Amino acid sequence: MSVFPFVVVAWILTVGLYGIITSRHLVHQIVCLIVVQSSTYVLLLGVGYKTGAVAPYFYDIPGNTPAVDPVVQALALTDVVVEAAVTALLVAFAVQAHKRFGTLDPEELRQLQG
Amino acid sequence: MSGSTPMDALLPLTVVVPLLGAAGVSALNPLFGNRRRLLDAVAILTAATVAGMLIIIMVGTAGGQQVYWFAGFTPSHGVALGIDFAVDQLNAGLAVLAALLVTAAMVFSWRYFERVSTYYHALMLAFLAGMVGFCLTGDVFNLFVWFELMGVAAYALTAYRIGERGPIQGALNFAITNSVGAYLTLSGIALIYGRTGALNMAQIGQAIAGHRPDGLVVVAFALILLGLLTKASIVPFHFWLADAHAVAPTPVCVLFSGVMVELGLYGVARVYWSMFGVGLGHRTSITAALSAFGILTAIVGALFCFRQRHLKRLLAFSTINHAGLFLIGVALLTPLGLTGAAVYVVGHALVKAALFLCVGIVLHRLGSINETLLHGQGKQLRITGVVFALAALGLADLPPFALYLGAGWIGQSGDTRGMPWITVVIITTSILVGAAVSRVAGGVFYGIGDPPSEDPRMGEEASEETSETDEAKSRVPLSMIVPPAVLVALAVVVGLLPHLGPTVQAGAIRLQDQGAYNATVLAGTHTAHPRAIMAVEDAGVTVTDTVTGAGTAAGSLVLALVSLYWRRLPLLRRGFEPGTGLVGPIRRFQSGVVNDYVTWMVIGLACFGGALALAIR
Amino acid sequence: MKPRQRRWVFLAAAGGFLAFYLWGLIGLPGFGHYPGPYGDIVNAIAVAQTHATGVVSAVNFEYRGFDTLGEEFILFIAATGVATVLRHLRDEHDIRVVDEARDRQVPATSDAIRMVTLAFTGPTLVVGWYLASHAQTSPSGGFQGGVVLATAFTLIYLAGQFIAFKRLSPIHFIDSVEAVAAGSFAVVGVAALGLGAAYLANVLPLGSSPGAVNSSGTIALISFFVGVEVSAAFVLIIGELLEQTLVIREGGR
Repeated sequence: MSVFPFVVVAWILTVGLYGIITSRHLVHQIVCLIVVQSSTYVLLLGVGYKTGAVAPYFYDIPGNTPAVDPVVQALALTDVVVEAAVTALLVAFAVQAHKRFGTLDPEELRQLQG
Repeated sequence: MSGSTPMDALLPLTVVVPLLGAAGVSALNPLFGNRRRLLDAVAILTAATVAGMLIIIMVGTAGGQQVYWFAGFTPSHGVALGIDFAVDQLNAGLAVLAALLVTAAMVFSWRYFERVSTYYHALMLAFLAGMVGFCLTGDVFNLFVWFELMGVAAYALTAYRIGERGPIQGALNFAITNSVGAYLTLSGIALIYGRTGALNMAQIGQAIAGHRPDGLVVVAFALILLGLLTKASIVPFHFWLADAHAVAPTPVCVLFSGVMVELGLYGVARVYWSMFGVGLGHRTSITAALSAFGILTAIVGALFCFRQRHLKRLLAFSTINHAGLFLIGVALLTPLGLTGAAVYVVGHALVKAALFLCVGIVLHRLGSINETLLHGQGKQLRITGVVFALAALGLADLPPFALYLGAGWIGQSGDTRGMPWITVVIITTSILVGAAVSRVAGGVFYGIGDPPSEDPRMGEEASEETSETDEAKSRVPLSMIVPPAVLVALAVVVGLLPHLGPTVQAGAIRLQDQGAYNATVLAGTHTAHPRAIMAVEDAGVTVTDTVTGAGTAAGSLVLALVSLYWRRLPLLRRGFEPGTGLVGPIRRFQSGVVNDYVTWMVIGLACFGGALALAIR
Repeated sequence: MKPRQRRWVFLAAAGGFLAFYLWGLIGLPGFGHYPGPYGDIVNAIAVAQTHATGVVSAVNFEYRGFDTLGEEFILFIAATGVATVLRHLRDEHDIRVVDEARDRQVPATSDAIRMVTLAFTGPTLVVGWYLASHAQTSPSGGFQGGVVLATAFTLIYLAGQFIAFKRLSPIHFIDSVEAVAAGSFAVVGVAALGLGAAYLANVLPLGSSPGAVNSSGTIALISFFVGVEVSAAFVLIIGELLEQTLVIREGGR
């Protein structure tokens, strides 16, 4: 079953996109965007995993113990921070949209068209 | 090379200086609070310093590629441990363009904004840092990080005018579509990392070069490209651009149309040539797939542009059209095609920036961006009118503005590769776009002909625009008219540079030589004469180019006059105004609903992926 | 597109996209069989080279420190963006938060909540500080520590002391702190340049033994700055968002 985690990755991505497209509430849409990004976390961490290896922290274990890939973990950390930043900004947009339009339904935001 | 000479130290400073500028401006907020001129001056000085540093670097790359390893981690045995900047002529030139446009936009903002907080300057400087980092980097995850920095700063800048309804919707559409694209790119990066265990572009290129391309390589390529194509506003990933341009402050639109879109296309070229080029093979299929998207984008952009009455949307759709043409140039995969795209990008950036700044002046003085309402109102803005008219002609490929060279070379390369329809597409779409902009020039600034028909939706949007700018003064301030005039003059200068073609083509050949790139980055060896993958064509200025350019400009003028005088022409009087049939489709596709936009993105990805999967099996 | 139409169009396109993506994913080496070489090499040399036993932090702040600089500034710009979008326009009189429940008493925060949250504030601060300063030894780091530190501030709000929360985190001060911390990260790199090394090279003494608090040179220092910046950014963001929805009545409740 060594391909199963990656099937999950594809599924999470598709579900997130479906959520964005059928969304009727901005906050729900933003959370679906988070779901889309979560699929990249699973993919990154899944790519770097080694069966039977430990976490790459050698504080109290000998230095040559097989450890999982630390680079993808660092990338995932960066990814999480980027997502937090973008989400914070989008949530602020949603607050402002509610102030100006009185609604959070993406279908109702029709100020710009054509 | 790791920081041993002062020259080397310039490379990291090009990104660090604007970042420190952004942080410094925010940290010293209490100091700047009431001294707006000091704030403006600091921002302009920072941007200009970065431009200066980048020009020095660009001149330095004439001798060969420069590589800088951060934190001193040079590669060992072909494995890169750290992050590098790999600078050659083309990406250094693009970074110079970005810095120059930011400087021009900040100079323009001096008088343009009535009130502006430190937030604006911090956001603009961080945007500049992201753009420069994106251009110069040689590491694919680093590319993603700067891509996201550019994105976040851009979303915030688009939403800058919080007093109105439009900007927040535009920013939301922009943010959600581009974020989806970015996450797809990240998925592609993770995929290719899973295969090669590397994040350095040269190392990845080397790792996949020797093997037949299988599903993973093709999918990784398509996914990484997706975020870049979204940023480059290629159809059907382009819907966000018109919304964002309609509502972002004018100096910010200058940067979006002038550099940000073009950076997406540079990303496509870099990812293809430095990572996937040799590994994927199948060059004819890739040319076919990408140029098909390019042609579709060019046509859609030109048609939608022609029918617009909102000045900023009109210019936005013309950017989409040109993005399609640039993509065609890149997709041809020849040195001349890339050269044409590069020169076209520079000329377009200068001219489009000037056009946007002139629209900003119109907004500042006349309080509207509705073409119908503005008809004949601009006669008092004499110098602006001249600058706008010249820029419009430049956009229509009139020699000696640099655009005609780009158009000519892309067309020439298309003919060589057996795709003669490319020249046809370039000429027809340039006529449409040039006609739209010339129609604005003639109608607004000179009162020629009749006002174009009203667009019913325009009323709401146009009146909200005026909040961003100062009350009309009696004369256009120098700080607002000098930047566009200088930019137009620069477009002429670039078009007249001797040996422009061969010089840029040498840079293009170097970018396209994956072997030389790998050797320089991973082993430090310098290749004096990079090998060209496809046939090298003559990059001179031919009579054909000049005649084609002049012809396109003439055609634009004719079509513009027809659109202005159609009510008085016997043949058309009973018929329709040129462009009427487009209103319905435009309204339906550019619905303003982000759900639609993301659906189109998925459709586009499925088509692109399907095409690649069928071609490369 | 109408919503129903859109759903079907998407499902068709998504089917194609899913097939395409899966075609790529099955080309990956199976789960658990990471091929290297980047991770393996870093695991092998990081401890000796940087005297940091937390290899992930070594990658984050040393090998790929430039990425982390960009990422930190993304957070900084996002906080700036939130402040931009939610700022008060000078001539905005009618868009003001309106007290919609004027006749209702604010329910006093229950003693249970107040006791628990206030009791946790101190330990949360300590834990956050620990995390931010031990990046090089154990699973922790500036980002994680910074978020926990921000949580400590939020606990004060949860205890019902919104006024105290506002007073402890004045927007301009937090803004400046955040900017100074972000700038300091960049300056650490410039200092390396000044000493003739590459940008962000580790030029501080590496310490005697790996894993000690004062080891790993610039890694610990950068992690500290990142911790301060991240906590300031999140306090700023949460404060701005709370300000949008809360009304401060007479009597400071």
